[in-house]
Amino acid sequence: MKINHNRLTIHEAYKLLRSKQLSSVELTKAIIERIHQVEPKVHALITVTDELALKQAQKADELIASGDINPLTGIPAVIKDNMCTKGILTTCSSKMLENFVPPYNATVVEKLTDCGAVVVGKSNMDEFAMGSSTENSALFITQNPWDLARVPGGSSGGSTAAVAAGETIYALGSDTGGSIRQPAGFCSVTGLKPTYGRVSRYGLVAFASSLDQIGPLTQDVTDCALVLNAIAGYDPRDSTSAPHPTPDYTQCLTTRLNGLRIGVPKEYFVEGMQTEVETAIRTAVSKLEELGAKADWEVSLPNTPNALAVYYIIAPSEAMANLARYDGVKYGFSYQGTDSMWEAMKKTRQYGFGAEVKRRIMLGTYALSAGYYDAYYLKAQKVRTLIRQEFDRAFEKFDVLVTPTSPTVPFKIGEKVDDPLQMYLSDICTLPVNIAGLPAISIPAGFADGLPIGLQIIGKPFSEETILKIAYAYEQATEWHKRKPDL
Amino acid sequence: MKLSSEQVLQIALLARLGLTDDEVDRLREQLSNILENFEVLQQVDTSNVPPTAQSITLQNVMKSDEAAVSLPQNQILANAPRREGEFFRVRPVLE
Repeated sequence: MKINHNRLTIHEAYKLLRSKQLSSVELTKAIIERIHQVEPKVHALITVTDELALKQAQKADELIASGDINPLTGIPAVIKDNMCTKGILTTCSSKMLENFVPPYNATVVEKLTDCGAVVVGKSNMDEFAMGSSTENSALFITQNPWDLARVPGGSSGGSTAAVAAGETIYALGSDTGGSIRQPAGFCSVTGLKPTYGRVSRYGLVAFASSLDQIGPLTQDVTDCALVLNAIAGYDPRDSTSAPHPTPDYTQCLTTRLNGLRIGVPKEYFVEGMQTEVETAIRTAVSKLEELGAKADWEVSLPNTPNALAVYYIIAPSEAMANLARYDGVKYGFSYQGTDSMWEAMKKTRQYGFGAEVKRRIMLGTYALSAGYYDAYYLKAQKVRTLIRQEFDRAFEKFDVLVTPTSPTVPFKIGEKVDDPLQMYLSDICTLPVNIAGLPAISIPAGFADGLPIGLQIIGKPFSEETILKIAYAYEQATEWHKRKPDL
Repeated sequence: MKLSSEQVLQIALLARLGLTDDEVDRLREQLSNILENFEVLQQVDTSNVPPTAQSITLQNVMKSDEAAVSLPQNQILANAPRREGEFFRVRPVLE
């Protein structure tokens, strides 16, 4: 029997590697071959690190031969291009960092490397993770493997498309307002945004510091738990990382949901939502009920519609502060055609940043400027409190909340680029989760005319085990995650 | 809330962001439209609601003050757009 190596999950590959039926070098070569085959169509990767990957694979095979193996040893991974990789280009899909080679590894990269992981590439994204379609990349556009005329979602569109297209076994993404979950929904893969503070952000290029979080993009829930096991935990180099203990996230994966209480907040079924998406989510909730959970369809979180404004005030405000460091002095693009310091700084930022990044810097600067701070930034922070309190109250009655991941299936490339507000609306179901710092997962929950639909499961802070358990039970009772795009 | 071109240029100055005339026009339109949509927040009663700056309850995170090895100077300077010996070369601040 010929095994389709590039379609193995982590847990399947682990078994084959451990029993020596497959070597990491063979697996890595199969993945690299697949990258060369489909990358001309999908354009998910900015850098393919094939030489490094083969070296890492050889080293992994030596580790395995000596009996030193863990579930990620020798298994190919793709890293979003906003996570620092020592000696490997890290562009953030921006002209500003087009030639930036970090002198150190992000903690997550270090952790994966310590596990013996094989890094096959760095993935495309919306510039500085600002966007919902990966069309804001300053380098190139990524295609959705399910329909090359459509976007993969964003901002982790490259990582997600790479997983869906079989260009990697799994990937890391980052999620500030939905940037793991929304593309996961659009590409029919599993994407988890852990609780704020669960995974170290040391070495992640900062976008909005009170919202950013790194998480796994995988082919199924078991893999998601395995990657979370490897990357979760306290890091003294990230003062916002949480000191909470990390369980073995695979231990919670059972298919019995008896006694679990699920809330379905009605505000997430927004006006303009695609009928097929609504139907798929309602069917999914019924499935969870069949599996033993108890669902309440009448939950209300009335401040949900305000999340969009809260997010697009807070995130740009934090972004404009974080992006102040790009002044052309220490690293990155630097305008050279002047002797004036101010002129050089202005031009460096004019030519180094793309349209969406400029828009958000302007929005954030305005919201924080004298005379507008109270009306915008402070007001948004107060409504943020109300959104958190609503979630807290809901979680007194429910273990999880279940919603669509996005109101529609993936849209066409170019469809929303000229209308920033319409683009922002595609994250309407994912934004509130970051505002409240909660964990949430998106898993495949169906198709409309061959285009993926994602189911979002939101949990209490640090209840990743509960959402993984429910996601796992649903996945085991359905076949959606097994469907792969034809490429 | 309609922004004027002067306001857009003033914000750009605060952000040290150079803009072309076209960008000023486009941003004036787009930012006005976005800010208008944000006015929904003014309807929300937030009297006696404290602001949330971050979602976990960690406060005053401390670590012990221990010397550790820093990255080598040549690695830090490797990405410098302009360097002179072991320094970043900058333009004059006071003219």
